Amino acid sequence: MPPAMGAALVRDAWLVAGKDLRIEMRSRVGLNQIAPFAVTVLVLFAFALDTNQEALRTYAPGLFWVTVLLASLLAIGRSFAVDLADGAADRLLLSGIDPIAVFGGKALAIAVQLVVLEVLLGAGVVLLFDVTVYRYGLLVCAGLAAAAGVATAGTLYGALVAGLGVRETLLPVLLLPVVAPVLVGATRAFQDAFGVAGAEGWAWLGLLAGFAAIYGVFGALSYGALLEEA
Amino acid sequence: MESAVRLRAAVTLLGRFPALAGVDLDIVPGEVVLLKGPNGAGKTTLLRLCAGLCPLASGQGWVLGHDLGEERRMVRRRVALLGHRTGLYDDLTVAENVGFWARAAGASHQDVDEALERLSLAGRLADTRAGRLSAGQRRRASIASLVVRRPELWLLDEPHAGLDQQSRDTVDALVRGAAAAGATVVLATHELERIRVLEPRVVSVVSGMAHVDSDVVGSQGDAARHGGRLGP
Amino acid sequence: MSSPANRAAVLDSTSSRATRVLGWLTLAGFAVLVALAFAWVPEDTRITEQGDVVGQFDAVRLMFVHVPSAILAYTGFGLTFLASVAYLRWRTDWWDIMAHSSAEIGVVFGVLTLVTGSIWGRPTWQTWWEWGDVRLVTTLVMVLVFIGYLAVRRIPADSAVQARRSAVIALVGTANIVIVNRSVDWWENRTLHQQSTLIARKIRDETLFTLSFALAVGMVLFAWLLLHRFRTAYLERQVEELEVQEALVQRRAEASLGGDRA
Repeated sequence: MPPAMGAALVRDAWLVAGKDLRIEMRSRVGLNQIAPFAVTVLVLFAFALDTNQEALRTYAPGLFWVTVLLASLLAIGRSFAVDLADGAADRLLLSGIDPIAVFGGKALAIAVQLVVLEVLLGAGVVLLFDVTVYRYGLLVCAGLAAAAGVATAGTLYGALVAGLGVRETLLPVLLLPVVAPVLVGATRAFQDAFGVAGAEGWAWLGLLAGFAAIYGVFGALSYGALLEEA
Repeated sequence: MESAVRLRAAVTLLGRFPALAGVDLDIVPGEVVLLKGPNGAGKTTLLRLCAGLCPLASGQGWVLGHDLGEERRMVRRRVALLGHRTGLYDDLTVAENVGFWARAAGASHQDVDEALERLSLAGRLADTRAGRLSAGQRRRASIASLVVRRPELWLLDEPHAGLDQQSRDTVDALVRGAAAAGATVVLATHELERIRVLEPRVVSVVSGMAHVDSDVVGSQGDAARHGGRLGP
Repeated sequence: MSSPANRAAVLDSTSSRATRVLGWLTLAGFAVLVALAFAWVPEDTRITEQGDVVGQFDAVRLMFVHVPSAILAYTGFGLTFLASVAYLRWRTDWWDIMAHSSAEIGVVFGVLTLVTGSIWGRPTWQTWWEWGDVRLVTTLVMVLVFIGYLAVRRIPADSAVQARRSAVIALVGTANIVIVNRSVDWWENRTLHQQSTLIARKIRDETLFTLSFALAVGMVLFAWLLLHRFRTAYLERQVEELEVQEALVQRRAEASLGGDRA
């Protein structure tokens, strides 16, 4: 790939990501709907586990990541609903922006939203579930890598179901089994970071990074074929 | 001379419904063509096919020299399609909307300002969120984000629908300007009176087929000059 | 489909001499298999040095359904993967139908694998489900991925669009299964779960023979199902094609009427 083309890809991806993030900042759907939903799920977990502080602390990593995955479904669905609302998806096709850049931009915007959500939920877990963080470096790296993995896989599947009438119900069926390894890896890494189980957190971080890399490459390459249809 | 649009027995399916049932059409560069026909005749699908948004089920087609079977992506970046939907993001301002599509097409800030000016969107309206605009203002903002792309082929689907008098005049001025600058314009509209001054060639679309019309909106002489079905 | 009319004349039913032979072979094979599994193979027992009697007992007979099902499920998913790659390369209906048909059969055998495995696990492992078993969890995720695949296939869409979309899902889903398998493997090894209680030992000759026989019968059944499913889908495509041609003729007729009036 010639460097000029690479630069154009980065510039266009940045453009798309900036557009998506600006829309989310303005509409506040994330702040007003997705974040309260995620916190509510955390509270429901506390109810389900019967105010057993010890159980909550033990299972906090898993509960945290299940909550992130559920909330990510909303963020991904929203990212594509915005384009479909008044025909902007067609204009994106007509814009001449390379599909690889559209994929990168949308994935980046979703990843940024997920990281913000993770910070919020992390605070929620520390406060509500009485968790203590022992390894901050691992926590941050695992959070970023998992967000990248969910965002890349989510953008790929979001584009797959975008434009289908039943996308709200179809996205969870397709995406959740696929991101199961992220749940496993991120939960293990957080167990290590929270000191609740002797897991090898950094090894699991490798799995998360590998997942994000595979889906990043595969998504970028197949995005054009998916958009081609319209 | 290379055709702007050249279709041969073009069939396009919407699901299993043949919206276009074998269209033959030639449009030369710089021409203004009016698509006339009842609702459901296939005008919208014909415009989307020319934009590279619908696949050809059978037949052949070229737009601006690009094959509609193989090179739809090349077609897409050189055309502008104004459809029933505006393509605007409600949470972005008019200037941000136009600016986004301008930057996507590699246009400059100056192009954005010019486009906003041309469609009477400069000033207070430019900083208004698209979601708070009236239908007419939305349509103008939508057109402005197409103007910045400097398309070689304009595909306009009912450009006057739902517009007030002032906005209609703006649309007409735009079509005239585009034609004068050498762009090709294909438009579908029921407002035949307004279009008469542009002296378009009229193509009737009926049940997914296109016929070059003898019932011309402009003068007979112009129709003869532009020639029949196969172009000059 | 270059000439649907010609092929329609050749293929007007999903059965042929080959499928009838396969069908009868399957039925006969099943009859023999039942006899072998219940009358010939003894129950699985072993006496430990302490004198305890351990083993799978009668549950071993479930293996004759479970093991072939698992192999055939993965065969189905593997075929879907290969057919999807081939579709993206050559873009022909044939490969698309192949991918769809084998995915459906794969899901059927996959569910059968999970159900029989679960029933087998109850007396053998004292649990319906063993999260510590990598193959079990991997198979579950695989079946879920392909149920999603079939859900996408059920949504009406332009056939080329649907074929492309489905092929991408099959590719991603299959690649994903490798990641799932690895991650579950590591996950399992770091839990306190007791490892599988199966002790490596020589399988009885009767059991091994019956297992091989069951697999052979399963292969024939698989081929029979695939042929019928493929042909059903193929005929469906032809009906669609005819409907489109009919609609096209009708629309052209309307156009000439409308054109005369104009």
